[in-house]
Amino acid sequence: MSVPTKTQDSLKELSDYKFGFKTDSKAVYKSPKGLSETVVREISKQKNEPEWMLEYRLKALEIFNKKPMPTWGGNLGEINFDNIHYYLRPQDREKTNWDDVPDEIKDTFEKLGIPEAERKFLAGSGAQFESEVVYHSLHKDLADKGVIFESTDLALQKYPELFRQYFGRVIPAHDNKFSALNSAVWSGGSFIYVPKGVDVGLPLQAYFRINAENMGQFERTLIIVDEGANLHYIEGCTAPSYSTESLHSAVVEIIVKKGGRCQYSTIQNWSHNIYNLVTKRAFAYEDAEMFWLDCNIGSRLTMKYPAVYLLGRGAKGEIQSLAFSGKDQHQDAGAKVIHAAPDTTSKIISKSISKNGGRGTYRGLVKVNKGAVRVKSHVACDALLLDEQSRSDTYPTNQIEESNVSVAHEATVAKIGQEQLFYLMSRGLSEEEAASTIVNGFAKPIIKQFPMEYALELNRLLELEMTGSVG
Amino acid sequence: MNINTLEIKNLHAKTEDGTKILKGISLTIKSGEIHAIMGPNGSGKSTLCKVLMGHPNYEITEGSATFNGKNILDLPTNERAKMGLFLGFQHPLEVQGVTLGNFLRLAKNIQLKAAGEEQIAPREFINAIKSHTAELKMDDSFINRSVNAGFSGGEKKRAEIVQMSMLKPKIALLDEIDSGLDIDALRTVANGINQNFERYKPGILLITHYQRLLNYITPQHIHIMHAGKIIKSGGAELAIELESEGYDKFINN
Repeated sequence: MSVPTKTQDSLKELSDYKFGFKTDSKAVYKSPKGLSETVVREISKQKNEPEWMLEYRLKALEIFNKKPMPTWGGNLGEINFDNIHYYLRPQDREKTNWDDVPDEIKDTFEKLGIPEAERKFLAGSGAQFESEVVYHSLHKDLADKGVIFESTDLALQKYPELFRQYFGRVIPAHDNKFSALNSAVWSGGSFIYVPKGVDVGLPLQAYFRINAENMGQFERTLIIVDEGANLHYIEGCTAPSYSTESLHSAVVEIIVKKGGRCQYSTIQNWSHNIYNLVTKRAFAYEDAEMFWLDCNIGSRLTMKYPAVYLLGRGAKGEIQSLAFSGKDQHQDAGAKVIHAAPDTTSKIISKSISKNGGRGTYRGLVKVNKGAVRVKSHVACDALLLDEQSRSDTYPTNQIEESNVSVAHEATVAKIGQEQLFYLMSRGLSEEEAASTIVNGFAKPIIKQFPMEYALELNRLLELEMTGSVG
Repeated sequence: MNINTLEIKNLHAKTEDGTKILKGISLTIKSGEIHAIMGPNGSGKSTLCKVLMGHPNYEITEGSATFNGKNILDLPTNERAKMGLFLGFQHPLEVQGVTLGNFLRLAKNIQLKAAGEEQIAPREFINAIKSHTAELKMDDSFINRSVNAGFSGGEKKRAEIVQMSMLKPKIALLDEIDSGLDIDALRTVANGINQNFERYKPGILLITHYQRLLNYITPQHIHIMHAGKIIKSGGAELAIELESEGYDKFINN
């Protein structure tokens, strides 16, 4: 079954990555390529940081230099750490009013629909351009209730004690090579504190944009949801397409206290020249709930395994993810849950779609510590392959040190079958429409959990990815 | 009324591994006609349906098939569907996450667009599909369930006829629509097919193994197929002859 050439041509235009435009923006400061103590000191100096943070960074740099590159996951061999700018400051100071953001940067975010989204359905939003957050705002009523939503840099200046109490506690610098890198050169990201009992209601959103070539973006996010509080945070990310590699290596630390709830939703749509190596982890205490909703559509290689440490009785962890891998893409994604307390429950749902030789990997860990009795955990991994060239692998690991537990794992791999395509085509759908319909149906259980505006956008993105030839 | 004609002439087809399945089928089906092809297992009945709908596993080696004079054998499956051909599947496939209602609306709108007609309004669409599920004695809730997912064999067959009712094909090929049905379901499905026939007079080709479907639907033309060929054609009386004497009589002659 081949799609007529004419149709392919007209659809090809559509399938071009629509976020690939570049903005001509002049940096206020750009560190020279390469990583060194000088660069780390300069970043800290530019940010006018306290001494302890500089020391923290320098120690992290040492750890990064000592740690070997991971030999598992995706192919990291082509990352050239000497060919990356580790810090790029696009403007003087962070703004709280869109009108004050430099025009070329404002245009970028307007093209991406950010200010409009904030007006329509968000409780607050932040926008990061290169290394720095250029804009942040929060509804006044939430600020009045004591909610803090700032760039992580500004939070360090404004709330030094709160900051120091939590920073680096969930993910220490030495956790892995890339958390060490982030700890050394971090810049930007969101700092959120939701006080006891406060329900933020509408989502808070942060949008991350890499614009320059050979850029490294290392945002650092720290979220504290206090007892009985509730937060939904959404992040999105895009970049122009360059022929050379850029690196995005974030660290996201979350603490959900007793009875609190946090949902962290991601729509990752980096251009295909980005290495996306991210460490995300949450601590959930008694009766707290942490939900990672993670969609990976872009990037060249993603290695990301959102984790929940269930530290208090009755805590719940949920990780649902969707990954799309096209030509030359590898999504090595998964989930980690550590049951460290009794009566804790977890649910992991992973769905991956691979097309045109793309590769999807599920890598997961469920660990039940001694003493964590009556734990329940359920893992389901489904992979959909669109052609013979594409690949799916599942690497689940269970470490169970307690007997009174229920841990289940199921995995399916399906190929879009000729019979299924024939069936849909016999009702008038073209081969592309048929494949797209099958893919959207497969992804729907994950996508429908996003707020409607995002679900629509995700469906559209998947449709764009599906146009062009089908296996 | 416009008369639509599906004309099959001396059609030969083989599978990818070279096995010859169709060995010279000739058959003409017009609007307002019901044909039945009967025959033992392996005679090529289902293959004929698939070949006419453009299944990629078969290669045409000789002969032609035209719809209203236009050669359809070079057209992709969806283009044949858009012309008004419909295949009711012997084993309908499941599509997870896509509701029957949404799927049918997509299909209907593709068909309307191809015909240069306006898209159907959602409310009108829902009312229409509800009347058809009721006709097939299916609960409304099937409209919001994933296409065929978890449907019983009988429910899948009813859903095929609901799809036919919505798409109103010019020529419908119904491949063993009676297999796996109990007697009540058979009556319901047959009744649904008859209603479609009465409403818009499509041409219908029934493929069946058993005579029992013909207790409820009366074809004007019956064809007996064996080893890739139609070995006997006749009127409704042929079914009765078959019922009493079996295929052997025709095959051995």
